[in-house]
Amino acid sequence: MEKFTTLTSRAIPLDIANVDTDQIIPARFLKATDKKGFGDNVFRDWRFNKDGSTNQEFVLNNNVFSGEILVAGDNFGCGSSREHAAWALTGYGFKVIVSSFFADIFKGNALNNGLLPVQVSEEFLAHLISEIKADPNTKLRVDLREQQISIKSSKRFENFKIDPYKKTCMINGYDDIDYLLSKKTEIEAFEKTLN
Amino acid sequence: MSKKTLFDKVWDAHVVDSIENGPQILYIDKHLIHEVTSPQAFNELKERNIPVFRPNQIVATADHNTPTENQHLPVKDELSRNQLAQLSINCKKNNITLYELGHKYNGIVHVMAPELGFTQPGMTMVCGDSHTSTHGAFGTIAFGIGTSQVAQVFASQCLLLTKPKSLRVTVNGKLKNGVLPKDVILYIISKLGTNSGTGYFCEYAGDVFENMSMEGRMTVCNMSIEMGARGGMIAPDQTTFNYVKGREYAPKGEAFDKKVAYWKTLPTDEGATFDKEYYFDAEDIEPMITYGTNPGMGIKISENIPKQNDPSFKKALEYMNFEAGKTLINKQINYVFIGSCTNSRIEDFRVAAKYIKGKQKADNVTAWLVPGSKQVETQIIEEGLKDIFDAAGFKLRQPGCSACLAMNDDKIPQGEYCVSTSNRNFEGRQGQGSRTILASPLVAAATAVAGKIVDVTKNIETLEFA
Repeated sequence: MEKFTTLTSRAIPLDIANVDTDQIIPARFLKATDKKGFGDNVFRDWRFNKDGSTNQEFVLNNNVFSGEILVAGDNFGCGSSREHAAWALTGYGFKVIVSSFFADIFKGNALNNGLLPVQVSEEFLAHLISEIKADPNTKLRVDLREQQISIKSSKRFENFKIDPYKKTCMINGYDDIDYLLSKKTEIEAFEKTLN
Repeated sequence: MSKKTLFDKVWDAHVVDSIENGPQILYIDKHLIHEVTSPQAFNELKERNIPVFRPNQIVATADHNTPTENQHLPVKDELSRNQLAQLSINCKKNNITLYELGHKYNGIVHVMAPELGFTQPGMTMVCGDSHTSTHGAFGTIAFGIGTSQVAQVFASQCLLLTKPKSLRVTVNGKLKNGVLPKDVILYIISKLGTNSGTGYFCEYAGDVFENMSMEGRMTVCNMSIEMGARGGMIAPDQTTFNYVKGREYAPKGEAFDKKVAYWKTLPTDEGATFDKEYYFDAEDIEPMITYGTNPGMGIKISENIPKQNDPSFKKALEYMNFEAGKTLINKQINYVFIGSCTNSRIEDFRVAAKYIKGKQKADNVTAWLVPGSKQVETQIIEEGLKDIFDAAGFKLRQPGCSACLAMNDDKIPQGEYCVSTSNRNFEGRQGQGSRTILASPLVAAATAVAGKIVDVTKNIETLEFA
């Protein structure tokens, strides 16, 4: 897994609540047997019209906005357990998703793929979105060690929570398999206690 | 001794170890896999040269990507065919039992596993599918996981997890005629919203669930994820034990009796506390339908769409081409889907057949009846339900996830409405540009007959739907 410590980047505002995993990556693209290529189809049905032409109204197609941070509405990532959603977002180039609320399974999947979910207050989220819309060159800084997200120009910031274990994993690029394999003896001993 | 919830009891019995200030190592009894979310996990293990730790605790089936017609022929779509072939190869290499396409036990993972007795009370179960919550109907901790976690369970039969908080939804009273388990859960989600359960495991309690069949309980627990809860549970009781008893992979004889004695200790202790509690009256619930693009956007079929000034609400209504404040009664519907891991069990088809018997499908309606498993399909034929469907102009298809997520060819066309017994009405869920209206099998059957949405409560005076 890729390591994450700090990131300074512009951001893309996706001011929509309840973005579900079927929007992030529609089911018809889940037929692959590897993790590659999902970025091409992230938000497919919002980015493209049915005839394949680009939907100019969708924020990802608006050249004014760019960056490795996606700032999205409440309850991001609800719906299916497909990790393909995390692969699609990282494949497209996102490293951080900011929202006021994340669905459980998506959050876990993101953390397992070096994609940092940053949960902020509704007020701070609204502020971020209006700042970015007003000035698309607004840069955000995300510092995982300090657990802080800030707006470079205005110096406004907010701290965010993250499970300390997952934080260590992200900073060092560890994944859970290594840890679980190191516990094989305990797991086998536990199995003997099951009837 | 401290009072424990059903969830506490099952969770605590599976904790291998705890990391200080971090997650716990939770042991997983049964791991269900399918073709879509497993290949990358198998690759991961192969690349890292890690063997599958406990292959005999894994159950595999092909369901998401399978056709529901001509299953005896090679799968037409190349990518789907490859994915299914990859599952077969991976299972064979790793000594995992696969109930592949055409197998007499093939079916949707959340239908076939309980049917075969793999699902039992007090277990921990996972699957790379968010509707794994279905199995909670047995008093099982069951939840969906991502593919990285599928790989973790392959490697160690364990997961690293922080114990979720607890939530209880109690519904007491007697349901009205025509109000089905699907209506109960759609009602609950419409009241609580799509993220009220995030971070929680939900227990359903009260008369309504105690009096429900296992099929009904599975429908309810299945949709726990639609309110954000990782899982839902119902305390195991005689209904549960009767369902499990005698199933192919359930314990037999003395071993079964010993298990039952343990299962009886699992229900929540009196006086145990929950982090959140909600109470509803059964009498308040009516047949439900959804009008928007998430399962929380539901109303009683007789109600009008609410008015809200929220941009996401407006976006949803715009997508559905519905107007705030209006009724959905008499809305013409050209597609009806009865199927999915929510409502494709034998009871669901019995309900549909009971309503349809002696009536005819409306000419404007294309209806897909998709059983959840080969066993359900056989039962539909043996009970004579297929004859009823045939006579009414319906066609029974072969088992699979089908139009619930439209990965195969069963897609609802652009702009069309589908009254569907599935679990998600997200934009494009049933095909690009499709518009989904979630409902019970009874409402779906009534829609198929009328060719439009009707207030089913007015049509069933002479029929009884428990």
